Formats: sequence, structure tokens, C-alpha cells
Amino acid sequence: MTRAPLLSAQGLVVRYGAIEAVRGIDFSIHEGEIVAFLGANGAGKSSTLNALVSLVPAAEAQVLLGGEEITDVAPERLAPMGLTLAPEGRRVFGGLTVEENLRMGAYGVRSAEKREAAWDMVHDLFPILYERRRQFAGTLSGGQQQMLAIGRALMCGPRLLLLDEPSLGLAPQIVGQIFDLIALLRERDVTLGIVEQNVAMALEVADRGYVMAGGRIVAEGTAAELRQTDRLQAAYLGGS
Amino acid sequence: MDLFVQQTVNALALGGTYALLALGLAVVFSIMGLINFAHGELMTISGYTLMYCGIAGVPFVISVPLAILAAMVAAVAMERIAFRPVRGGSGATMLITSFAVAMILQVLFQNLISARSQAVMLPPLLSESLRIGNVIIGVNKIAAIVATVLMLVFLDRFMNRQKTGIAMRAAAEDFAIARLMGIRANTVIAGAFAISGLLAGVAAVLWVSQRASVDPLMGFTPVLKAFIAAILGGLGSLRGAVAGGFLLGFIEVYLAAFLPQELQEFRDPIGLGIVVLILLFRPNGMIPSRVLGSVKV
Repeated sequence: MTRAPLLSAQGLVVRYGAIEAVRGIDFSIHEGEIVAFLGANGAGKSSTLNALVSLVPAAEAQVLLGGEEITDVAPERLAPMGLTLAPEGRRVFGGLTVEENLRMGAYGVRSAEKREAAWDMVHDLFPILYERRRQFAGTLSGGQQQMLAIGRALMCGPRLLLLDEPSLGLAPQIVGQIFDLIALLRERDVTLGIVEQNVAMALEVADRGYVMAGGRIVAEGTAAELRQTDRLQAAYLGGS
Repeated sequence: MDLFVQQTVNALALGGTYALLALGLAVVFSIMGLINFAHGELMTISGYTLMYCGIAGVPFVISVPLAILAAMVAAVAMERIAFRPVRGGSGATMLITSFAVAMILQVLFQNLISARSQAVMLPPLLSESLRIGNVIIGVNKIAAIVATVLMLVFLDRFMNRQKTGIAMRAAAEDFAIARLMGIRANTVIAGAFAISGLLAGVAAVLWVSQRASVDPLMGFTPVLKAFIAAILGGLGSLRGAVAGGFLLGFIEVYLAAFLPQELQEFRDPIGLGIVVLILLFRPNGMIPSRVLGSVKV
């Protein structure tokens, strides 16, 4: 690919005290792509996504979104710039109704037209959320909360949506639904970065992937290439 | 029976004032984990504003909103000057900062105004009372109850219908994620302080209108009570703060009215004993905060 990536990160380092969780990695995500970050627990995948949206500080990095430097930008400025995250563990606002959660997703969107378009899209993708819009989010099932977390993130009309472990803790049948949904997002040209433990499912929807182990990228390539590489298996078995 | 009705009105008036103060503490605590002990000094600032307005001959209907505004401005300034630099610090750091702010303000009041209690001119209407059947109710008590109800309705609407209010509830649950949605930390925190100032200002007007005086330590006792009320209700829970405030008001007023004469000097320890007893059975308060509900004491 020769065109400039939508997001590019150079030399990303994340430290928690003395522990270096991410050790200087480079990666990029192009417009319209679905990019998966794969690897075992503790490989540094979630830290990578969290650092992109400033949920954890990047110790060192240069991150560009659409050519604009966003490395040290405050988290609240990222959604209006088009970057958002559906976090690990869903983290919906349990004491707010489904509708209020979605309204908060569009908090930084000034144009009423854009808000309505996003609301229509979320309504379209998740009819169940519309049905339950007056219910407190904390009373939804795990799968519905995951839908709400994704729907809430979509409300700001992101150029790039990051999904952190969207299938974590969900029943297999519900996991299937979440991945069907990701496939639907792809049809709507939403650019996605996904961290996922369920490798088979992730590679089914992804265009490309990065395999991480011990805070480093140990393999990268198209989904088809990664399915064949033994680096992927090695990464999960703890080798690098 | 008449005495009971009378004392219930008194309890509602006192409990309402505690509820407003506890709510002010809870709004700030729920969002930034700070127990603002300088909340009482916001009340004192309102009290002095009422005093100076009275001296300057400003009509009471104008001096009341001015006094409330003074507390709001002071609250926002307090956040900007004292609490923003320690934001994200430990609970202890913020608590010590709030004590420091409270002490600095108290010393300023003592040195720049007076260490003694100062009279506040109030309209004669406030010291009148109404007779309903055999029950005599002070106008200031009715004003306190009406003001409390209006404030609670206003706050409920604001937190449930206004975008900023909903954002404040979201931030109270998960500040990091709320920021990811584009909710500005500064806006939400300054908003929380402005609301706590508004509540402290209203509570101060009610407090002063029962006593007609103001002194540098005026805010200390009511805020200590409000802190107890907030713990009783469930720290960080807004509904809990209101419930705790009213319950504490009822405990205090009923004990003062119905405890036998020889036990009256033990009124405060008995009252606090009841609070401890309630907390033994409900360690996280009567209506625990959703976020902090699982915290074990």
C-alpha cells in the first residue's frame, strides 16, 4: 500500500513503573481496513490500544492520525478527531440508560445532522438497543452491553474505531453475533483496530494483523499469511 | 401530637439543609474522589455576603442570589486554584489540600473581617410564624423546606435531562471512559464545583436565616454533620446524601425533643451511636454508590 495510513505509530513504548509492557513497536492502519492485534495474555496488545487513546500514557512514541500528531493529545480531544475505543470489559455507564450512554457517545459531536446519522446507524445495527433504550445499561446482558459499548463508540462517527477484546467473557453464540456485527461494520467502511484472543474469529474478519509477544511485534501480514505462519502459534505458546 | 408535627417540620427543615450540604459534598466526591472540607467555608462566604449586603442596604431578594452566586464563584475558584494542581493525586493529598484551603480561608475571615460573630440583617418576615391549627411553624422553617424541595427537583432535572448533568453522572461512574467520549474533564469538574457552591450557598442562606449571625467558623459544624450524613447515606451516592441528610436531621431533632431531660446532655453521643449502629448493619451506607458499592469497609 502506498497511500498514507490513517493511523501510524512509530516506536511506541508503554511502561507501568519498571515494567515495559510495549517495547518500541511500529504499526499502521489504513482507511477501510480491519487490523487485528493478536497474541497471548500480557503480550501488550491492550496496552497498545490504550496508549493510542491516551488511557495510559505512552512513554515514547510518535502517533499520527490522518497525518496529525496525536501522541500527547488529551483523551477528550480524540473523539472529535475521529478516534475512539470500545474498551476491554465493555465499561458501559451502568447507572445511565441505554439512550443516555449513546448520547454520551456523541457528546463531542456538534452537528445535529451527524448525531442523527450516527443514531440511525446504531439503531439499524442494534435494533435491540433501541428497544431497550430506556433500560439502565447495568441491567443488560453481557452481549448487549458489548453491543452498547460498540454502539456508543460509533456515535461519535469515528474514522477509526478500536475494539479491545470484544468477545471476552461472552457465550460462544454471542461471540458469533459480535463478529457478524464486525463484518457488518466492514461493509459500512468503518476502519477498525481489534485486539482479540479469539484468533480464528479475528483472522476471519481482519484484512491484516500484527502478532505480539513480550511487548514486541513478532509477525505481521495479511490474515491469510498469518493463518499459515508458525510465529502466531509460537506467540500463543509463549515463544517469540 | 401537635408537638410531634411541630418537631417533624423542624426535622424536615434541618434535615433539608444537611441534605443540600451532603449533596454538595457527594457531587464533588463522586466525580473526583475529593472530600472537600472547605465546603463549609463556601457557606461562610455566602454568610458574609449576606452580612455586607445587609449593611449596604441591598434588598434581601437581591442579596440572597448574590450570596449564592458568591459561593458558586468561590467554589469554582477553589477548584481552579487549589484542587486542579493536585488532581489525580491520592485521596489523602486532596483531603489535606481541602483542610489547608479551609484553614487559610478561616484565618482570612478572622483577620480581614472579624474573629467574632457578626449580626446579619434579615427581613422581619423570616422571624414570624404561622399558626396552622394548634401548630406554630416559623416562616424560616417553611422557607427552608420549600427551598430544599426546589433545589432537589432542580438538581434531579439537571442530572437526568441536561447533557452536562448526564455527562457528570457518566464521569462519576467512569471518568477515563467519559473523557474518551469527548467529555472534558475540566468542564465536568468545574460544573461539579459550581453545583456544590450553589448547594452550599442555598444551605448558607437557610442556616443564617435561622441564626441571624455569621462567624469565621460558621461552616464547620454543618459541614461536619453533612459529612456524617453523606457517609450514612453512602459516600458518593447522590440519593444517599439526601437520605442521609434527612435522617440525620430527624435523629437530631427528635432526640432534642423527645429524649428525657436527664439524658439531654448525652444527645450528641446517642445520635452518633445511632449512626454507628446503622453503619454496622449497612457498612456502605443506606443507598451505596453504584461505583463504590462494592468497597468493603
